[in-house]
Amino acid sequence: MKVLVTVKRVIDYNVKVRVKSDGSDVDLNNVKMAMNPFCEIAVEEAVRLKEAGVASEIVVVSLGPQAAQEQIRTALALGADRGILIQSDANLESLTVAKLLAKVVAEEQPGLVIMGKQAIDSDNNQTGQMLAALTQMPQGTFASEVKVDGDKVQVTREVDGGLQTVELAMPAIVTTDLRLNEPRYASLPNIMKAKRKPLDTKTPEELGVEIKAHTQLLKVAPPAARQAGIKVASVEELVDKLKNEAKVI
Amino acid sequence: MAILIIAEHDNQSLKGATLNAVTAATQLSGDIHLLVAGGDCQAAADQAAAVAGVTKVLLADNAAYEHQLAENVSLLVAELGADYSHIIAPSTTGGKNLMPRVAALLDVVQLSDVMAIESDDTFARPIYAGNAIATVKSLDAIKVITIRTTGFDAAVSEGGSATIETVAAVHDAGISSFIGETMAKSDRPELTAAKVIVSGGRGMGNGENFALLESLADKLGAAVGASRAAVDAGFVPNDMQVGQTGKIVAPDLYIAVGISGAIQHLAGMKDSKVIVAINKDEEAPIFSVADYGLVADLFDAVPELDAKL
Repeated sequence: MKVLVTVKRVIDYNVKVRVKSDGSDVDLNNVKMAMNPFCEIAVEEAVRLKEAGVASEIVVVSLGPQAAQEQIRTALALGADRGILIQSDANLESLTVAKLLAKVVAEEQPGLVIMGKQAIDSDNNQTGQMLAALTQMPQGTFASEVKVDGDKVQVTREVDGGLQTVELAMPAIVTTDLRLNEPRYASLPNIMKAKRKPLDTKTPEELGVEIKAHTQLLKVAPPAARQAGIKVASVEELVDKLKNEAKVI
Repeated sequence: MAILIIAEHDNQSLKGATLNAVTAATQLSGDIHLLVAGGDCQAAADQAAAVAGVTKVLLADNAAYEHQLAENVSLLVAELGADYSHIIAPSTTGGKNLMPRVAALLDVVQLSDVMAIESDDTFARPIYAGNAIATVKSLDAIKVITIRTTGFDAAVSEGGSATIETVAAVHDAGISSFIGETMAKSDRPELTAAKVIVSGGRGMGNGENFALLESLADKLGAAVGASRAAVDAGFVPNDMQVGQTGKIVAPDLYIAVGISGAIQHLAGMKDSKVIVAINKDEEAPIFSVADYGLVADLFDAVPELDAKL
């Protein structure tokens, strides 16, 4: 079975985001970029399925600028077999991304698509569900456990208040939650080997998907700043302040 | 045009998050209809009809909707939703699972986690884990939205008298099935719904020491959280993680114990009403967002705090 994994190039999660002074967007010039943390978990899960003999090939896809190649190479170094970059410098909204991925799915015919549950830049949490709708595949979102059994996959999902298990007919889409696994690090020899693995580049035009704007970003502002607080000298004073000043206990 | 809200329920009763979605809908123009899709869910529909502000309840009662699987319910919502200007759900795991699937079926985008409504087509939502607020205008004819429940008060759950209309449409995609569920049996509230949260970081030293926080949490009726550092160190499981890659919370009181306050953690809790930091390092960045800071060894301060409550 072939597994398709998607990875997104995003700002590194340790970097403090700055809003541009004209309020048009956040400033991404000269900031460290990395693979979205949830995508790392998706790659790890695919590699584990391959190590368990369930997956035969792992294809990794990314969409975005030329530089997104770096994140595909990272996935290749972690164990993916080949990469596809859908290159575009345009602002790709999640519905457009899902439409482009649907074309890749139609071409590659994977048994399972594994994606992160959300990207830490747009915080949308949409693309997996949208791809599932467009390909009419079932979806196992927020997965904390994935068990492939013949032509079915059992997915344990993190829902509010606990865990829910669903069984999906394959091909299916799984989106990863934090608890699914702990991603490995790429070793130096594997990083070197990854440079020789195949990486195809395509464009939205080649795939026949029109990039249509569904939303208009009017402004981006920093969140309201918190008032500076005070330091208390003792536990007694803290309890007193919480009871009588803040009135929260 | 009217507004369709997808009710969240367990077939017997309506979940609180739906009431926040109703309040969000009252800030838009149009009648408010609530869809209750489930199996044997008449009781939930009756409750929905009593919510103030709702004019009509659509009841889709069929075994195919019993567990509200996205594959089936999305087909129903996409069919009904074509006649609405807005389709809204709370941004709970249920809403997040369903709504993007609905949006794609209608060939529109979804606006996630909307925290404020400026007009019928313009909304504010947090991006970069709340480090920036984007104001977005939707260009689509149908606006599919999930709302951040902490951004809107709950609507009054009684006094309304909506009519209940039965929806006959049955959609069973037949590609997914519900196997089972295990709900956490903790007496403590859930992290994302808790009014008070006590969180521990790397400073806790090990997992056993979290017992100190649990005792404190029980006195306050609080949930226990953790920083990514505490999770990465293996002290606690990562479903307790508060932060950009964990859970985003906004309780009335957040007590950060032995947490330095890395940005990835602050992103998950800085909308809390009151923040208390207990840390022995007075230079820790957590003090820059804390309303009340106590520079002290947590192993002295936490038991003392516990005793004084």
